[in-house]
Amino acid sequence: MIRVVLPTHLWRLANASREIEVQVEGSPTLGSVLDALEAQYPMLGGTIRDHATKQRRPFVRFFACGEDLSHEPPDTPLPEAVVTGEEPLRVVGAMAGG
Amino acid sequence: MSGVRVLVGTRKGAFILTSDARRERWDISGPHFAGWEIYHLKGSPADPDRLYASQSSDWFGQVIHRSNDGGKTWAPVGNEFVYDGDPGTHQWYDGTQHPWEFKRVWYLEPSLTDPDTVYAGVEDAALFRSSDGGQTWQELPGLREVKGHLWQPGAGGMCLHTILQDPNDPNRIFIAISAAGAFRTDDGGQSWRPVNDGLKSEYELPDPNAEVGHCVHNIAMHPSRPGVLFMQKHWDVMRSDDAGDSWHEISGNLPTDFGFPIAVHAHEPDTIYVVPIKSDSEHYPPDGKLRVYRSRTGGNEWEALTKGLPQSNCYVNVLRSAMTVDSLDPCGVYFGTTGGQVYASADSGDSWAPIVRDLPAVLSVEVQMLP
Repeated sequence: MIRVVLPTHLWRLANASREIEVQVEGSPTLGSVLDALEAQYPMLGGTIRDHATKQRRPFVRFFACGEDLSHEPPDTPLPEAVVTGEEPLRVVGAMAGG
Repeated sequence: MSGVRVLVGTRKGAFILTSDARRERWDISGPHFAGWEIYHLKGSPADPDRLYASQSSDWFGQVIHRSNDGGKTWAPVGNEFVYDGDPGTHQWYDGTQHPWEFKRVWYLEPSLTDPDTVYAGVEDAALFRSSDGGQTWQELPGLREVKGHLWQPGAGGMCLHTILQDPNDPNRIFIAISAAGAFRTDDGGQSWRPVNDGLKSEYELPDPNAEVGHCVHNIAMHPSRPGVLFMQKHWDVMRSDDAGDSWHEISGNLPTDFGFPIAVHAHEPDTIYVVPIKSDSEHYPPDGKLRVYRSRTGGNEWEALTKGLPQSNCYVNVLRSAMTVDSLDPCGVYFGTTGGQVYASADSGDSWAPIVRDLPAVLSVEVQMLP
């Protein structure tokens, strides 16, 4: 199971808790974890990535193990600590504004 | 009628205000969808328990929620707004062409007869319809075929912000876009025509015959007389007596004819309300006095309504979807301000009192009659 930590607006929208778990077949990648997340919580579709292009929304960021994965391609394998469940993948609403 | 329910959208959530028919004591619930910008929420005329709400966020995009119990509980529904076919381009600020890009839902208009059918006016301007309670949305693309390449964003974005259904003719719908103008369909949304003849914007749009490009802020009608339309344009208050085919100015003795919302009394089709705002660069009331102006003659002759409203040092704005009326007798009038106040009048505007004073900036106000 992959642990995913969501920002407040999104875990409330999903009627879930701040940290949720998703099941991914095969080697987990950034893209496959987000696919599984949206399949499990369809209301999150379009809030993290564009519905059609699957491009990350500009003010959403992905972090894991202290690394910024936001600019990595979707087929990027996730760090081993995330795969083993030791660390979560963090979906973060970026600081923006003044 | 046992009472009213006022639906308030704000910059940081939605609030629901309820009262009995006396409209003196109010219960306030909220914030619903805390932290989201609520451009609009509105109830179905066919089922008062069915509500639709638009949430948007610069971070997380667009979400739509539906309630089947009058706002006690909500569930997310579809949020996929995909333009039909090649989205094409519209005019950009610098005069070049710019691709159509979906940003948010500004306005939700439930069908007059079917609780599962609802229209959505979006930015970049287009009209969508759902016939399954908001689960899926389809564009009515004929609208953007009306010289869409000449439409341009106003200061608030290129938004479709007003949707009016003709209660006598289910195939006739009016919409308005900033800055494209007013449009009408007579075939249920398949084909559209601009209805902007008579609108004048001397400096912004020098061509007096321009069919599109007008900055219409809001349109209102009385349901008993749907061929008569009242418009608050960027500047100028206008009236049409032929379903938009032609317009004439009715600004009359208003202290300024700039403003955003316009509303019609529930029982007097020639009684209309506007909130004059000083100018397009000074978005506050003239002289620091918050005054609603009422005309009982269908325009031109206006009286200031001030009782209970701040008459000094008031510099709030009232946005285009933030004024409405109820259908009790006497008619109730409601408006919300960018300062977070929601004012109500239970006597057709003669006197006012705040229902609530310190909400986030108010974006929209709608009212429902409760059985």
